[in-house]
Amino acid sequence: MSAELAVFLVLAALAVAGAVSLIVQRHPIHSALSLIVVMVSLAGLYLLLGAEFISAVQIIVYAGAIMVLFVFVIMLLNAGIEERTNLSRMARYVGLPLGVLLMALLAYAIGRGASSQAPAAAGPAPTKTLAMMLFQDFVFPFELTSILILIAILGALVLAKRES
Amino acid sequence: MSDFLAQHPILVVSGIKVVVMMLVMMTALAYLTWFERKVVAHIQSRWGPYRAGPHGLLQPLADGLKFLFKEGVTPAGVDRFAYYLAPFLSLSLALTSIALIPFGPQEIRILGQPTSFGIADLNIGLLFLFAITSLGVYGVVLAGWSSNSKYPLLGGLRSAAQMVSYELALTMSVVGVLLLAGSFNLREVIAAQRGFHWGFLPRWNILASPLPQVLGFFCFFTAAIAETNRLPFDLAEAESELVAGFHTEYSSFKFAMFFLGEYASMITVSCLATILFFGGWLSPFPETRFFVWTHYLPTALLAAAGVWLILDGLRYSTLLGKIVLPVLGLALCGAAALVSRPGLLEFVQGPFWFLGKVLVFLFIYVWVRGTLPRFRYDQLMAVGWKLLLPVSLANVILTSLAMVVGKR
Repeated sequence: MSAELAVFLVLAALAVAGAVSLIVQRHPIHSALSLIVVMVSLAGLYLLLGAEFISAVQIIVYAGAIMVLFVFVIMLLNAGIEERTNLSRMARYVGLPLGVLLMALLAYAIGRGASSQAPAAAGPAPTKTLAMMLFQDFVFPFELTSILILIAILGALVLAKRES
Repeated sequence: MSDFLAQHPILVVSGIKVVVMMLVMMTALAYLTWFERKVVAHIQSRWGPYRAGPHGLLQPLADGLKFLFKEGVTPAGVDRFAYYLAPFLSLSLALTSIALIPFGPQEIRILGQPTSFGIADLNIGLLFLFAITSLGVYGVVLAGWSSNSKYPLLGGLRSAAQMVSYELALTMSVVGVLLLAGSFNLREVIAAQRGFHWGFLPRWNILASPLPQVLGFFCFFTAAIAETNRLPFDLAEAESELVAGFHTEYSSFKFAMFFLGEYASMITVSCLATILFFGGWLSPFPETRFFVWTHYLPTALLAAAGVWLILDGLRYSTLLGKIVLPVLGLALCGAAALVSRPGLLEFVQGPFWFLGKVLVFLFIYVWVRGTLPRFRYDQLMAVGWKLLLPVSLANVILTSLAMVVGKR
């Protein structure tokens, strides 16, 4: 148990540090790298919860494909260091209280949920269960999503062709 | 120490396995460079390295020392963090993926604890391997971007596009194998390939029963060569166009780390090709009375190599060779005698066939490098998207159909 807690603390700290660094960094590539750290530590957290398949897919899809494209675009555009601007008045006076409120709400919800709900079944969930759910119980939403993505790809193609 | 071992057996045993594996891998990587230089040299009618030690056997050591003691030049205007991170990422990710490869069927005992032969045995072994491979692109991309120089940047951009494109074909090409095995676990993938057609033809996935995975293997190996940035797909470091591509601005040990990372991923891919398509550690001979003699093949090969080394060493031109080569030969003969003993004889079979097949793939890698010209960039993209991806998709559909029809 203590080993699990230690791993959780390390991964959680990494994720939070990565998220903070993502905002604080001034160079787009460094921000992108911080986001990759967040995603990989999230994958570690999934693994800790026994969701092996989700964890691997998290790395393959988010860290390995989407972020590569982000980095690729930043490199291609050769984006430089961003300049800091003063915060807008709105952000200064409304943003901070709202942020604190959101955190408090989240903490309340999680704290209440933790006491009332039974812990999820531990142990690795076999990939087969997930596949059965996806392709039998939820096959319609699944196929719908894939059609949505296909349409998005076609749209991107049409836009790209028109410009050239 | 013993208390700690009793409380955390997995940690201690894994630690030992990792250290041993690192030592073995580093030596293997060093001698893989020697192997590649020798083979390419002989393809091109040259001798290759032969001055440092007998048959150039000390060349990797000399190269390593040279890399260690060279001045590490950091060009002006580099992004320091990314510049130092890139080679580290390349090497560490490539070495991590080897931790998932199983090397033999039996369990081994370390400090009295039974453990699998291989560092980690995951349920999602193959997926995890692909996850690590997909991160490997960052080493190349960051190196190209952080160097603050035009050729590395072009190399990095090319590499990012190439690796994202070929990852698709690489992943799709193994789906057929996964369908046949019904598991992501590499041990179970190998176990599913057990047995023989008509009593003599092994049921490896390349000859699997509803549909032989020939198309899958073709796509897998081509895409894997591209993923590891090797010729004929090494557009990221095409020296005729980009000086040295993404690692132009790297020198000394940082360059060596890229180099070692590339060779480590070559070994991983060869292991993966062996496991997925060629039966892993399964022997190509059936376990019948008639083929019992094949159990002594490791002994025979080791002994033959030993005798050849002794004879060759005795007529070698330098004194060092006259001493070192026969000693090596004697050691091989001793290993041959050891391997033929009843306890070890069974144990050695799995690793022997596994390493034998991996060596064949490594040779093919070098052979391809020595004989094929480099692709042009648009050709590379066309092959990836218009040939490999459709063919691997077709393989998935054909395999599923064959399995459904075959089941009926």
